[in-house]
Amino acid sequence: MRRFSIRKIFAIAALVGISGTGVSAQDQIRVVGSSTVFPFATAAAEEFGNTTDFKTPIIESTGTGGGLKLFCAGLGSTHPDIANASRRVKQSELDLCRKNGVDEVVEIKIGFDGIVLAASKNAAPMQFSLRDLYLALAAQIPAPGTEGGAGNMIANPHKTWNQVNSNLPDLEIQVLGPPPTSGTRDAFNELAIEGGCKTFAGMKALKKSDGNAYKAYCRGIREDGVFVEAGENDNLIVQKIQANEQAVGIFGFSFLEQNEDVIQAYPISKDNKAAQAPTFDAISDGGYPISRSLFVYGKKAHVGIVPGLQEFMAEMVSENAAGDLGYLTDRGLIPLPEGERTQYQNAVEQLINMTLD
Amino acid sequence: MTDRSKITTVNSSVPTDWKSDAMQARIGRRYRRERIFRSLGLAAVVISVLFLVFLLGNIVKNGAYGFMQTSVSLDVTFNADLLGDPSVLSAEEFTEKVRKTNMLRLIQASMRDLFPDVKGRRDTRALLRLVSTGARAQLRDMILANPSLVGNTERVELLTSDDIDQVIKGNIDITLAEANRKVKDKELSWLKTLQDDDRISLDFHSQFLTGGDSREPELAGVWGAIVGSALTLMVTLVTAFPIGLFAAVYLEEFAPKNRFTDIIEININNLAAVPSIVFGLLGLAVFLSVMGMPRSAPIVGGLTLALLTLPTVIIASRASIAAVPPSIRDAARGLGASPMQVVFHHVIPLAMPGIMTGTIIGMARALGESAPLLMIGMVAFIVDIPGSINDAATVLPVQIYLWADSPERAFVEKTSAAIMVLLFFLIAMNGVAIWLRQKFEQKW
Repeated sequence: MRRFSIRKIFAIAALVGISGTGVSAQDQIRVVGSSTVFPFATAAAEEFGNTTDFKTPIIESTGTGGGLKLFCAGLGSTHPDIANASRRVKQSELDLCRKNGVDEVVEIKIGFDGIVLAASKNAAPMQFSLRDLYLALAAQIPAPGTEGGAGNMIANPHKTWNQVNSNLPDLEIQVLGPPPTSGTRDAFNELAIEGGCKTFAGMKALKKSDGNAYKAYCRGIREDGVFVEAGENDNLIVQKIQANEQAVGIFGFSFLEQNEDVIQAYPISKDNKAAQAPTFDAISDGGYPISRSLFVYGKKAHVGIVPGLQEFMAEMVSENAAGDLGYLTDRGLIPLPEGERTQYQNAVEQLINMTLD
Repeated sequence: MTDRSKITTVNSSVPTDWKSDAMQARIGRRYRRERIFRSLGLAAVVISVLFLVFLLGNIVKNGAYGFMQTSVSLDVTFNADLLGDPSVLSAEEFTEKVRKTNMLRLIQASMRDLFPDVKGRRDTRALLRLVSTGARAQLRDMILANPSLVGNTERVELLTSDDIDQVIKGNIDITLAEANRKVKDKELSWLKTLQDDDRISLDFHSQFLTGGDSREPELAGVWGAIVGSALTLMVTLVTAFPIGLFAAVYLEEFAPKNRFTDIIEININNLAAVPSIVFGLLGLAVFLSVMGMPRSAPIVGGLTLALLTLPTVIIASRASIAAVPPSIRDAARGLGASPMQVVFHHVIPLAMPGIMTGTIIGMARALGESAPLLMIGMVAFIVDIPGSINDAATVLPVQIYLWADSPERAFVEKTSAAIMVLLFFLIAMNGVAIWLRQKFEQKW
């Protein structure tokens, strides 16, 4: 009897082996890319599956860089049809696409996302300029009294907010943010830290003379424990700043919207303008300085082969989804101005091949 | 010297004076040490139990409501002008028409009867958003299943949106100032009206156990992930078990003992401790890139997890084969059995309980893995329930990870509820392992 059971196991194994050999043709849209766009792409996919006869697209959260790498790896059913990105595609990535036969890519922008700095409702209210953020969080800053530049950099000595700016309270600097693998972190480094860095004349001059050194100084985040990498999970950061009133968290706008009752966002100012809180309108009209665009890239060569591809891209820029009152807006996406959205609707309809200008 | 003389007195023929102070102190010390040792042991047990109770308590507290969902009863008129008349149209035409109809208009009509004062686009939209977006599909399926509804008015239970559900469950603090909460006063007053009318109810939500994933917490279910886990584990079992068993039998019974087999043995033991993400990278390189298998499919996930479980299966199988007494082999050999007959008729059947226990524990570990699946595309949003090992699928731990990362507050309880489902399966598998061991255990 026991011998029989072993025989049975082999029979099952053989059966499974046979059934496993028939690889089915692709009939479903496959999407990879940014974890920031993921909540929006999945919502659009579900709506698309519910309201059309096409299958619900499969969305993977791989991060922007990883997603574009998969996207550009080639044409055919083993490669994804769409890549989501929380930044614009780079020339190097497009070159990779071209090399692998992905010649024509349709680009759409679905909206904006704000990166917020927030703390517990019980924390002291503060507001920062981009320069404050740079002086608080960069690994190296210009020595006091200088305007920066190659010879004038010192390791960031600041421990409290009032050392950074005397208008800020005497509280320890503790910032929780995403790790370097995250698109949110890339955007924060570029928009906030570099934005503050550029306000020093010496650094601006350095950009012209030595671009690499400039980048290293202006995008390097300190690693002495003041900035804590709290993982890709934004919910975790929200929970941590609720528990610790001194800590400031960095995450996407949709998480602020869902947790307005327990956390407050700090207003941010740029170029001596008035500080602006991250509100829907301020991010939409560009008044809030740390916001970025969210992109979706589709393979033109797959249109007509993968059912529903063009229709799904159209869904993502439709009035019903990404319009002012669309369901993606309900989830925290900041919509494009009407004119720009129709421009991208047109790009999907005509399948216009993108160019980086 | 004095010490030694003391000891000799104690050991001499003079009876020990148990009542003396020195002796009493010594006895006291012994008892004290005993007590301290025991209380330390007890404290260790209590601490681990407390951690476990805290962890489980927290999950159960958060997750219990995940199995419940709020619904609202509305009197829906199935308007024949909107839906088409099934007695006039053919079955296909009717289905087509119903599919094309925007069911929100039915809900809007019944809401208008309840709240005649609500006007304006924004308010109407806010009012409609009390009801889940899944209500449209719910109504559509109802009509398609029962066309005779058209023309009638029925009281229908529809799911509410996740925000309203959170208010009913007490997870949103409605005493806060209006600006600080997601659900505004206007919505609360509508909710109050519905509650006074006895239209709101909180019931067991079977869709959580039978549905696929969704971006709406009230529609999300774990069934897709359970099926995905089952398909993946099936592939893992049929790959890892035979390969592991043969490797173990060969290494234990037939392989010569030399440097080469020693190296293999050390490597197998080391593999058991390799971080699981490494197996994911291997899976990506071998199964997806070289063999061109489909991304996100349970077949690839199962094979990758089989690599992960193989060392466990081999080590457990070898241990239980080695535990079969040599006398059994000698007796079989003495009666003329060939080496293969010895193994298949005697050694393996006797070692089976241990082999199965090891395999099931390996399977339980595979069930809880998510890191290796990240690399092969199983960390994905997949709505459809997978039908075969080639369909795109996700697994329970991945589902938990994805929900824990979602911004909507209502996913917190769904996450904990999914953890409870996963724990149930883990406990069940370990229970089977224990039962098998008890049932087939041999004593020599």
